Amino acid sequence: MTINEIQDEIIEEFALFDDWADKYEYIIDMGKKLKGLPQDQKTEDNIIKGCQSQVWLNAHKEGDNLIFEADSEAVIVKGLVSMLIRVLSGHSPKEIAESELYFIDQIGMSQHLAQTRSNGLVSMVKQMKNYAIAYQLK
Amino acid sequence: MTLTEIVDIQKIRADFPVLDQEINGKKLVYFDNAATTQKPIAVINALKHYYEFDNANIHRGIHTLAERATRDFEATREAVRKFLGAASTEEIIFTSGTTNGINLVASTYGRKFIKEGDEIIISGLEHHSNIVPWQMLCEEKGITLKVIPVNDRGELDMEVYDQLLSEKVKLVSVNHVSNALGTINPVKEIIAKAHAVGAVVMIDGAQATSHLDIDVQDLDADFYAFSAHKLYGPTGVGALYGKKALLEAMPPYMGGGEMIKEVTFEKTTYNELPYKFEAGTPNIADVVALKAALEYMDSIGRDKIAAHEDMLLQYATEQLLQIEGLRMIGEAKNKVSVASFVIEGIHPQDIGVLLDNLGVAVRTGHHCTQPLMKRFNILGTTRASFAVYNTIEEVDRLIAGLHRVKKMLA
Ligand SMILES: Cc1ncc(COP(=O)(O)O)c(C=O)c1O
Repeated sequence: MTINEIQDEIIEEFALFDDWADKYEYIIDMGKKLKGLPQDQKTEDNIIKGCQSQVWLNAHKEGDNLIFEADSEAVIVKGLVSMLIRVLSGHSPKEIAESELYFIDQIGMSQHLAQTRSNGLVSMVKQMKNYAIAYQLK
Repeated sequence: MTLTEIVDIQKIRADFPVLDQEINGKKLVYFDNAATTQKPIAVINALKHYYEFDNANIHRGIHTLAERATRDFEATREAVRKFLGAASTEEIIFTSGTTNGINLVASTYGRKFIKEGDEIIISGLEHHSNIVPWQMLCEEKGITLKVIPVNDRGELDMEVYDQLLSEKVKLVSVNHVSNALGTINPVKEIIAKAHAVGAVVMIDGAQATSHLDIDVQDLDADFYAFSAHKLYGPTGVGALYGKKALLEAMPPYMGGGEMIKEVTFEKTTYNELPYKFEAGTPNIADVVALKAALEYMDSIGRDKIAAHEDMLLQYATEQLLQIEGLRMIGEAKNKVSVASFVIEGIHPQDIGVLLDNLGVAVRTGHHCTQPLMKRFNILGTTRASFAVYNTIEEVDRLIAGLHRVKKMLA
């Protein structure tokens, strides 16, 4: 699936919920299911500091594609992180670098990507793209 | 406990238009008062009135508007003097807030009178704005920074304070009330002991002024800073109290208009107090409206505000402690209406996000007190802080919300 096909799939899944709590329960569930990172990979190099919670992001290449792994201390952030990985991980650096993320807005979670939420998600998206650009140049 | 009405809560709530709204379809519960309080209509009207009728630059013009603006600006200075119990309006300097007041003292008094090898004492309860200015000064001058530790209840360890005090200590700066935990510090005792070794004392009053009666002369504080926005007043304005003799000995903070007597290219003479420290056009409108905030508190009665908040805190604490896995952070014997807590296995941010969806505004995180969070070995807390317009029913909403949040995250 392309990045946009995955985004559309997520938007469809969220369309089933008419209650905020159902949405959040789904995100919390995804957060709990995300494997996360082993302690030894939660390094200073991988950390993206938010004011309230932080995110750890790791990237490596498998074949032509870029694989992301990430973790967070807060489960809602982790759920959002899990969706970002589902959308962006496993694609070519070019695709990732050129992608436009619209699903977050569409599922009504854009406030979490606002600077004021201070959870490191904005920086995480930026960092994912930076990895993609860096690998493109290699 | 009996939940008798201490204040006319419905009347008070009607004074705060912002409270009358829904968040995510639920009536707003605003429990982030330690960050900033909401503003009564009297304050909003004072701002509006100023811009509609009186706006002019102060102290310089001879026209009617300038006179009116100057009169109202100076009337607030007198109101603040009275509010703090200061001896003279010369001792009241308008600032942009607490942070500004602390920086002013660090940059002027600190730079001039504290030297290499001297010591400054702060406490483990401090807000970053009462840590960083002193660190900057210490780094610049080779001064040593010492910290009064905090005990498990969130109180200052006064025995260690006694040990830290010596002739080397030139300044002590602590908060009157902790923003993260609500602890009321024994500042009168702290000040007396500092004076005994010849140190001056700066008090960060940001969290105290909306809850406690302040009397800087009784405390014998050398400097006392606060922010209007935490006591129902506008943002971006506050005041610094300083003892006249100290203010006179201090060099000015910023250069510019208003703070000068005469300027030639050879030499400038400075204006007298308090104008020496008020360079440039000040935040006139917000200073004017600050008076309305002080009058508003007086119109309810400061003792009644405190009693109402204490009742809310007591009720909230009892209810919170019944939640399984919840631990209060900050159980000082003397505290203001701040309930800071952690729930086992749940990140504070998750609590904050979900409570927001339930219409309940709390603060989560480190509350600009990272060293204090480290002391308790936690990432942060969830903090509910109460003001005069909050109600028992709202506390119930918080408690019900927390039960719901726990279930959602389980
Ligand atoms: C204890 C304490 N000190 C200082 C400040 C800083 O106040 P301001 O941001 O208004 O300058 C605050 C505000 O959060 C505070 O709670």
